[in-house]
Amino acid sequence: MLDTLLKDYSTVQLESVTVWFKAAEISKFPKNGGACVKYKEKQIAVFNFSRQDKWYACQNLSPEKKEMVLSRGMIGDDNGIPKIACPLHKKTFSLETGENLNGDLDPIAIYPVKIEDNFVYIGFSE
Amino acid sequence: MKTIIVVGNGMVGYKFCEKLVANEESKAFKIIVFGEEPRPAYDRVHLSEFFANQDAKALEMAPVEWYIENNIELIISERITDIQRANKKISTVKNREFSYDYLVLATGSSAFVPPIKGVEKEGVFVYRTIEDLEGMLAYAAKLKDKNPNARAAVLGGGLLGLEAGKAVMDMGLEPHIVEFAPKLMPRQLDSRSSQVLQLKLESIGLNIHLSKATNQILGEHAITGMEFGEDDVLDVEMLVISAGIRPRDELGKSCDLEMGVRGGIVVDNKMQTSDENIYAIGEVALYNQMIYGLVAPGYEMANVAVAQILGKQETLMAAEIDMSTKLKLIGVDVASFGEPFMPAAKGHSVIFENKTQHLYKRINVSLDGKKLLGGILVGDASDYNMLHQVYLNSMPIPEDPSQLILPASEGGAFGSAMDLPDNAVVCSCENVTKGQICCSVSDDGNETLKDVAQATKASTSCGGCKPMVDDLVKETLKSLGKVVKERICEHFDYSRQELYDIVKMKEIKDFDLLLDTHGTGNGCETCKPLAASLFASIFNETANKQETIQDSNDRYLANIQRNGTYSVVPRVAGGEISPKQLIAMGRIGNKYDLYTKITGGQRIVMFGAQLHELPLIWEELIAEGFETGQAYGKSLRTVKSCVGSTWCRYGLDESVSFAIEIENRYKGIRSPHKFKGGVSGCIRECAEARGKDFGFIAVEGGWNIYIGGNGGANPKHAVLLAEKVDKETAIKYADRYLMFYIRTAQPLMRTAAWLDKLEGGIDYVKDVVINDCLGIVKQLDEEMQFMVDTYKCEWTEAVENPEIRARYTHFVNSDEEDKNIEFVNLREQKMPTPWA
Repeated sequence: MLDTLLKDYSTVQLESVTVWFKAAEISKFPKNGGACVKYKEKQIAVFNFSRQDKWYACQNLSPEKKEMVLSRGMIGDDNGIPKIACPLHKKTFSLETGENLNGDLDPIAIYPVKIEDNFVYIGFSE
Repeated sequence: MKTIIVVGNGMVGYKFCEKLVANEESKAFKIIVFGEEPRPAYDRVHLSEFFANQDAKALEMAPVEWYIENNIELIISERITDIQRANKKISTVKNREFSYDYLVLATGSSAFVPPIKGVEKEGVFVYRTIEDLEGMLAYAAKLKDKNPNARAAVLGGGLLGLEAGKAVMDMGLEPHIVEFAPKLMPRQLDSRSSQVLQLKLESIGLNIHLSKATNQILGEHAITGMEFGEDDVLDVEMLVISAGIRPRDELGKSCDLEMGVRGGIVVDNKMQTSDENIYAIGEVALYNQMIYGLVAPGYEMANVAVAQILGKQETLMAAEIDMSTKLKLIGVDVASFGEPFMPAAKGHSVIFENKTQHLYKRINVSLDGKKLLGGILVGDASDYNMLHQVYLNSMPIPEDPSQLILPASEGGAFGSAMDLPDNAVVCSCENVTKGQICCSVSDDGNETLKDVAQATKASTSCGGCKPMVDDLVKETLKSLGKVVKERICEHFDYSRQELYDIVKMKEIKDFDLLLDTHGTGNGCETCKPLAASLFASIFNETANKQETIQDSNDRYLANIQRNGTYSVVPRVAGGEISPKQLIAMGRIGNKYDLYTKITGGQRIVMFGAQLHELPLIWEELIAEGFETGQAYGKSLRTVKSCVGSTWCRYGLDESVSFAIEIENRYKGIRSPHKFKGGVSGCIRECAEARGKDFGFIAVEGGWNIYIGGNGGANPKHAVLLAEKVDKETAIKYADRYLMFYIRTAQPLMRTAAWLDKLEGGIDYVKDVVINDCLGIVKQLDEEMQFMVDTYKCEWTEAVENPEIRARYTHFVNSDEEDKNIEFVNLREQKMPTPWA
């Protein structure tokens, strides 16, 4: 069943956003860390990259082991590329493109984020 | 523009393309590659890994895009059927024709299927391509549905046969290896090493049948067994044939190239066939009357063919080809080099054999004892690289050659890798010499293993030479007067020890500040937990304060498990637990439906807690008098004890009391890696204290202290630091040793590895902690006392603080649980649904 879950997640480009989902207040997200947002049946990991004053979102599902854990991983950068390290086996993924930076796993899905009135919004295309 | 057509897209065919496009001159050619398989070239050597992940892409030598980027036209799923040498054309199975100027045949080989009666039956496979494996997998799954104990045999006990045996075992079938010869791997191993290998393989579950000639394959439609003699039958439901290879030379034959008597297309030392426009490389080429079934000679042939076509006529195939190999077979090291079997007239053999450890080492030396001629290693091939180099370069060997193979000779009989001559080939897959590696460092300015590997390609194929390349890089840097710094990561240009001093001296307690003042970028999963560990080791800060720089286990004060749930481990100091505490744990485990087990460290672990349940569970545990066991931290785990003189009639002292005292002393202390202790009441050593980072053993007249041991992947016995000291002294020495380790070790380095790398070793540690040669014991004592005095239970802190407690929810915008967590039943408890 979990295998089919992967199909639920695909990258949404900013220009194709049709729904901005109001997720939660900024204060709910730890500084330089992540938390998980529920949208319909999807789980989205949202990261507060406060060192750079940026926000990123990606699927919460680890593509390697199909567990809902990415939001609990550590963020950082790889030669300037913002990344998330999966807490299970430290596979790292670019938060800009979803690409696996230290292996050849399939990329993860990335979602646009915007901040308005102290609220975090995630962009979806359906 | 001239056209090069490569027929065959296997490992060697691919390597030809790679070497070709690496040359500027190749731009003058049009390159077309044909492969008959439905996918681009993949790594056949690691075929059995396909079973582990079933990820064909992971085995690819290069993705399809690589061929496009390099202007190579790759045509797959299309076999070449004919070569018309007269007008330099080939035709394909789809009746298309292509013209060539140069033709390179890299068609490889196919599995040899012996003409046994019944070999066409269903359930009989060969082991060669990914498609073969997919067929086997599907068949095995069908068998297992009907009979969970189904058996499968592999015909052939050679290198590939044993790999196939592993594949069959991974499929969950009972594996049987059937070999015609009286020993396994008859081409590489002598009888004794073969027996050692056999014992080892049998111990991991392979059934081995030697000296068996198969008369026929039984069964009506599908295979049901193999018959060797009249009454000698093996019942199996699947058979994998791995009885050797045959060159795929039919194209050569049909266009009348010169052929070997038993197959193979004859080539000279330019890799040219009898037609000067046609080259043959890899397993289809017959060179020196031999077919070479190894990757390294195949790659070298590719290299020669490329050079010849590009007009570099001086590059020729060596007259003698080194057939040395080292591989890991089902987790067992097997290597042979030079002349593994040697007639007594040519030299002497020195043999070390230990069947209890499944070890065999043999070296053959010249009659005058001055040269190494070859050898065999089974069970431990860690010395292979050095021995192989000594052999290749005819380097001098010790007067007593047994030093080359005897275990644990102090300092090793070999000098450093720097003693090798510059033309020594260190990476035989990519043909890179020691000189090239060193020049890459000294002349081209590459300073890391990664950069050197990228520049020279050394160690990028099989990876066997990596440790040696690493040594060469480090030693060359040293010889240039450059400090070989163990840099933490791209964000901090410091070693852990340097950063330790910075944090301590400047009293920096915040990661962002540390990064702003002493680093660059935004940190990563390497430097963040390292800094967290320093803040903890220096200021005794708990993991709750800067939670987003902690490893995820520390961040949630629990070990993340396979399905994203967590485990809970309260401290049970010294392994002493009262019935009342057991009942309390039982009640709580029951309430939250947790899977419980006794750990290796004499305590109890409860698995399967969801994130939001953790504070609830811990609140109840704390109310019952428990505290965190820090099983999640790089910190003290447990101090294991035997029952000691309180109950045991042999005990010399109270090991349980001591273990509890010392576990409570060191609890909560974070360190470069986890550390464990043990206390035994006598030398029978039931607590296995010498397998721990620190251990105390009661002897007549006091306690012996041992340090630097561990179990795990590289077991190591702890070594003696001091003898027959009283308890207070024992604690004092242990305090200083641990603080010294915490100050100086590299990240994620256990005490054993630290001691191993420490210049001066155990004698130096004695000098520091007993004789105070550095004049720092007062500081060490104070630092340890500070840690002991400021201990806090992190879980008590977490459940009492609403802000910390709020971290334990799966969603920030919903109170729902993660619905994707699934459990299945296991012996009246539960476990996560297995990973697919």
